[in-house]
Amino acid sequence: MLTLCQALNSGLRRAMEDDDKVLLMGEDVGRLGGVFRVTDGLQKDFGEARVVDTTLAESGIIGTAIGLALRGYRPVCEIQFDGFVYPAFNQIVSQLAKMRARTGGRTALPVVVRIPVGGGIGAVEHHSESNEAYFAHTAGLRVVYCASPDDAHWMIRQAVAGDDPVIFYEPKRRYWVKGEVTPEDAGPPMPLHRARVVRPGADVTLLTYGGTVATCVAAAEAAAQEGRDIEVIDLRSISPLDVATIEESVRRTGRAVVVHEAPTFAGFGAEVVAQVTSRCFYSLEAPVERVGGFNLPYPPAKVEEEYLPDLDRILDAVDRVLAA
Amino acid sequence: MTTVDLADPPVTNPFTGTTDLPRAAEGWTQLVTPDGRLHPDVDVDRDALGRLTRDLYRGMRLARRLDDEAFALQRQGELGLWLQCRGQEAAQVGSVAAVRADDYVFPSYREHAAALWRGIGPADLLRQWRGVAHSGWDPEPYSFHIYTLVLAAQLLHATGYALGVQRDGSDTVVVTYFGDGAASEGDASEAMNIAAVNAAPMVFFCQNNQWAISTPTASQTRTPIHRRGAGFGLRSEWVDGNDVLAVYAVTSAVTEHARAGAGPAIVEATTYRMGGHSTSDDPTRYRTDDELEAWRARDPLARVEALMRAEGWSDETFLGQIQAEADELADRTRRECLALTAPDLADAFATVLSDVPQLLREERDAFVAYRGSFLD
Repeated sequence: MLTLCQALNSGLRRAMEDDDKVLLMGEDVGRLGGVFRVTDGLQKDFGEARVVDTTLAESGIIGTAIGLALRGYRPVCEIQFDGFVYPAFNQIVSQLAKMRARTGGRTALPVVVRIPVGGGIGAVEHHSESNEAYFAHTAGLRVVYCASPDDAHWMIRQAVAGDDPVIFYEPKRRYWVKGEVTPEDAGPPMPLHRARVVRPGADVTLLTYGGTVATCVAAAEAAAQEGRDIEVIDLRSISPLDVATIEESVRRTGRAVVVHEAPTFAGFGAEVVAQVTSRCFYSLEAPVERVGGFNLPYPPAKVEEEYLPDLDRILDAVDRVLAA
Repeated sequence: MTTVDLADPPVTNPFTGTTDLPRAAEGWTQLVTPDGRLHPDVDVDRDALGRLTRDLYRGMRLARRLDDEAFALQRQGELGLWLQCRGQEAAQVGSVAAVRADDYVFPSYREHAAALWRGIGPADLLRQWRGVAHSGWDPEPYSFHIYTLVLAAQLLHATGYALGVQRDGSDTVVVTYFGDGAASEGDASEAMNIAAVNAAPMVFFCQNNQWAISTPTASQTRTPIHRRGAGFGLRSEWVDGNDVLAVYAVTSAVTEHARAGAGPAIVEATTYRMGGHSTSDDPTRYRTDDELEAWRARDPLARVEALMRAEGWSDETFLGQIQAEADELADRTRRECLALTAPDLADAFATVLSDVPQLLREERDAFVAYRGSFLD
């Protein structure tokens, strides 16, 4: 059993062993092992040239990672907290994401941007945000969310081994949750772009990712006690989006609720709802519901429990789609 | 067809081993006065200096001819936009000629003279401005990255590339171009700082052309840009950017300094953007004819012509050859421009990621089917 944090660490270690062009870089990732200790011990084992404590400059981290990738390296950057990624926005959106298209597909930039994401840990402002919609809206990026130790380990290895830029979200409140990691010899892991049915069901489909996957599973288990059979799908990759898995499920259940931490207004859930509505319209028994953050700046820690989608708000939405 | 690969054969550096370069009253390094007189303290092999001067002049003259032709093509509606490098030929040719052909260059977007020197041809230089692509050439064979339009972003790419060079144990040096406007961007400061902290083998080459569109340098920075080097821990040089020999000598000195592992440098080349910011700009709205005339008197090409005359390094035959070559390049520029055709938008879907995911495939197929539903 490993925590999600340890599973990331072991995944990064394997990625570095597999390819000596892989570098880790970010603020405090070396000697300290990162503020969440995701890179703990890696500088000691791989040296300062491969686990790099950068200057305190997020644009600089991503911009220099782009240059290193042009030189043949495979940088894995850590952005210390979700709200710290904005100084790097131009480098990610205009440079990292677009280089391949600008060069007619010639220039790959295999850069992974790891971002501890989301709330639920009682943090101060700018340390609890869910900003995936900005990046999902940008062509040229893969945007993925791990939600379990197993996925954390295997998805980070796949992200590093791939040739595209990846925004790799790690839900902070799940860092310390333990789980099994599938061993090496258990066959190939699920492809990075695929969604996973984490709990099968027949009555309603919950579509979610990241920190709210566990909340949705808990909600489904609570509903089971009332005789409701709820399917939970962990999207894992929001760009590209595995619409086939979503479509198969919702056509079967006829009802869907999308759950994420980010504000629902213009949030990624809006895209999921649009896809579900156009692909499954004649199978739907009820309007697709969304449960997410309110259209507010992320609130102070003492009231974040009311802001974040919890079991009751998810079940309330389940009730609405079942009542229709 | 004209061979435009100006870097081949490589020019030989007559300044190797020279440590003290003369300065003008302004304080910048200057070897040739605006009226074309060589500074008496320049004590190098005259034959080698003459050969170098002729090579550099050829590069500048060809670049200006290409630049003029591209400007005309824009005015005739064949290019959507053009950013003239007129006036900055000495800064660009002098610097790019001073580094090795495998030293890696990260340009901004006006470095046509430097690109031409590296062998990048007219079609590749123009396609972006004709609106048929977002970049012009494959960087690898030229060691010359594509243009970057969001200013100063390329300074970080250059710094990262130099950190890679350092890890590889290579003796390549990375040169990046930026302007007085881009120097105000946060990325410029981040890049110079990161380069200094890591002793990255690179040169930050600032062409201070006095104007960032309509904003003069005085509104951009309180202290001269080269003085920032001291704050970041970079070797700093200030050079007369319209004196191609001074630019060459200074750039080769800082490049070899960086190559030897002694750390990065910033060079501020004071020059002048003689055209507008772009063909969409109207510089008469913000600068005076007097200013333009004063800088015309400092034209970098005229300075070299006067020098070559005074030193006996050029004659009618040489100038005639260059003129013929320039005219041929202009013809080629026009021909290659007109041959640049629009791409198929359907092909763009395969250039975004390493594969074409389901949703993107669906969009492409629907677009192609929709387009195909119309009668021709």
